[in-house]
Amino acid sequence: MIEIRKVSKWYGQFQVLTDCSTRIEKGEVVVVCGPSGSGKSTLIKCVNGLESFQEGEVTVNGISVGDPKTDLPRLRSHVGMVFQHFELFPHMTITENLAIGQVKVLGRGKDEAIERGLRLLERVGLKSQAGKYPGQLSGGQQQRVAIARALAMDPICMLFDEPTSALDPEMINEVLDVMVELANEGMTMMVVTHEMGFARKVADRVIFMDQGCIVEDATKDEFFGTPRSERAQLFLSKILSH
Amino acid sequence: MNYHWNWGIFFEQIQGGEETYLDWLLTGFGWTVAVSISAWLIALLLGGLIGVLRTAPHRGLAFLATCHVEFYRNIPLLVQMFLWFFVVPELLPRELSLWVKQDMPAKEFVTAVLCLGLFTSARIAEQVRAGIQSLPRGQRMAGLAIGLTLPQTYRYVILPMAIRIIIPPLTSEFMNIFKNSAVAFAIGVMELTFQARQMQEDSEQGIETYLAVTLLYFICAFIANRGMAFIERRSRVPGFIVGAK
Amino acid sequence: MSMFDNFDFSVLAPSLPFLWSGLLFTAKLTLIAMAGGIFLGTLLALARLSAITPLALAATWYVNVMRSIPLLMVILWFFLVIPLITGQPMGAENSAILTFTAFEAAYYSEIMRAGIQSVPRGQVWAGQALGMNYRQTMSYIVLPQAFRNMLPVLLTQTIILFQDTSLVYAIGAKDLLKAAEVAGKNYNRPVEMYLFVALIYFVICFSLSRLVKHLQARIAIIR
Repeated sequence: MIEIRKVSKWYGQFQVLTDCSTRIEKGEVVVVCGPSGSGKSTLIKCVNGLESFQEGEVTVNGISVGDPKTDLPRLRSHVGMVFQHFELFPHMTITENLAIGQVKVLGRGKDEAIERGLRLLERVGLKSQAGKYPGQLSGGQQQRVAIARALAMDPICMLFDEPTSALDPEMINEVLDVMVELANEGMTMMVVTHEMGFARKVADRVIFMDQGCIVEDATKDEFFGTPRSERAQLFLSKILSH
Repeated sequence: MNYHWNWGIFFEQIQGGEETYLDWLLTGFGWTVAVSISAWLIALLLGGLIGVLRTAPHRGLAFLATCHVEFYRNIPLLVQMFLWFFVVPELLPRELSLWVKQDMPAKEFVTAVLCLGLFTSARIAEQVRAGIQSLPRGQRMAGLAIGLTLPQTYRYVILPMAIRIIIPPLTSEFMNIFKNSAVAFAIGVMELTFQARQMQEDSEQGIETYLAVTLLYFICAFIANRGMAFIERRSRVPGFIVGAK
Repeated sequence: MSMFDNFDFSVLAPSLPFLWSGLLFTAKLTLIAMAGGIFLGTLLALARLSAITPLALAATWYVNVMRSIPLLMVILWFFLVIPLITGQPMGAENSAILTFTAFEAAYYSEIMRAGIQSVPRGQVWAGQALGMNYRQTMSYIVLPQAFRNMLPVLLTQTIILFQDTSLVYAIGAKDLLKAAEVAGKNYNRPVEMYLFVALIYFVICFSLSRLVKHLQARIAIIR
């Protein structure tokens, strides 16, 4: 489904990604973790072309992301993405947020888009908030709306870029619950997160990144059993100790 | 202070003419409003366009837009007036140059509007750019991530928010354009400052003259301010406070 | 055939000394109005933030009035009214210096007010905890920080002031622009003169604004 081959990226002189390679199969849930500044957010943004890269190749469903001939908006419309800071559009109501992509990108009728949006809103438990503006919702609620907005596009896979790290602790679970449910339904997911509980529950594989490299790429059991690299062990001990 | 007050001066006839001094001032007020509003329209359209271009991921366009802004920001407005009035006609092709110098209707007015509009467009462009860049980078990404094209992302996501953010600075710019229009006196537009100088010399009642003109400028500033405040109230987004991030 | 065929730039060289004296007055006016304006503006800002209501109101009123009238009108006002009050004629140059100091004070005061408010409240408490009085807290603790934080903005305002001095044209003071106009008339070459003087203004303002940008970046790093 998603294939990343030998991707490298520089900001000027500074190399942020070095020779990253991995594959994510259909229906797989892959968690990407690592210390801050390790390049994991940059890597996930390369998958739908929000960040460009200088070397290597990324393909989604066989379509090359880096190819200048690729219709990126079309590709992105099939790849759902959820951001750390939610990025709902503050000047639109929740319903409008859910409809805008369906109407402007997929060309759906307005009524159809709203109906579909409301169904997904119900699914994330926020149907009563449909007429409000994002600024009137809590962080956890906003993030659930953001997930619904991505799902409304009927994505073939979902990218999550630290979806819970901007949330207050009491709101993290309401978002994780939605994600677990999604994973159990068989959605293909790539998730950058520090939530190891989530990884243990639903991940198929865990990728550990440090200083722009993929240091570890293992099944969940291997990773939590005995990480092969020292850096991953150190990282895990820091994260799991509290 | 030895000053002979005469508040009736406004209703006296000008020396050797039919009009009263009040007529002069009202004519001046009319020209001030006409120059300011016409220039404002040019400034909004052009400034918006150039401000957007300055944030576009296209080196050449962004550079051109930067040149525009730097040119108008670094030369005094009065000097720009003279450039447009005296210098630009000389740079035109021969026939056009002759037409501009001899036959162009309302030459002073058109020149002043063009000059003030372009000058203000550079300042508005800066505010539009700052407004766009003050939005979280993630907004642009979120627009692109749901499959909107870049122009669509500007149209539906970035600009609606940026416009709301820049309304307060635009308000002061709108008030500025009335003040700056005073400079048009130097090329002979018969606006308020022009009339103030003329009436002061003609009637020798300087204080009354300047008080009346100052009052008229206050009225412009007040109306401009209330008008923009109305727009600001109408466009408010629930749960979103401009300036609080 | 080039656009500049009708132009004769050879008149520039003989008029340079004349333009130079105009530029000197422009610079003098800018520097005096800057120094005086920042000083008065700081006092105005302190007055606006003071607990003495009449003082705060008077300062607010002064600043708002100055900021809502065109500078040109202020220039005309001072030129008209000062001789009436003093009973003696005053030259355009001196009138310009007074006008710009008084006018710019209003704009500098807004900047200084923002600067003072940008200094955290805790700094004032810390000063008071050391036993300092109002004057000491302001002059040793708050104003130096406010001034440093606002330095780029104060300088940007000064560049605007430098450009605005060209408006003394209205009362006939002999600044750079006036000098160019007179030279243009003497040699019957106004177009070349206006172009040249625009270039001078541009070069000075552009370089100064680059300098401010540079400074801004350095201050940002220190913070």
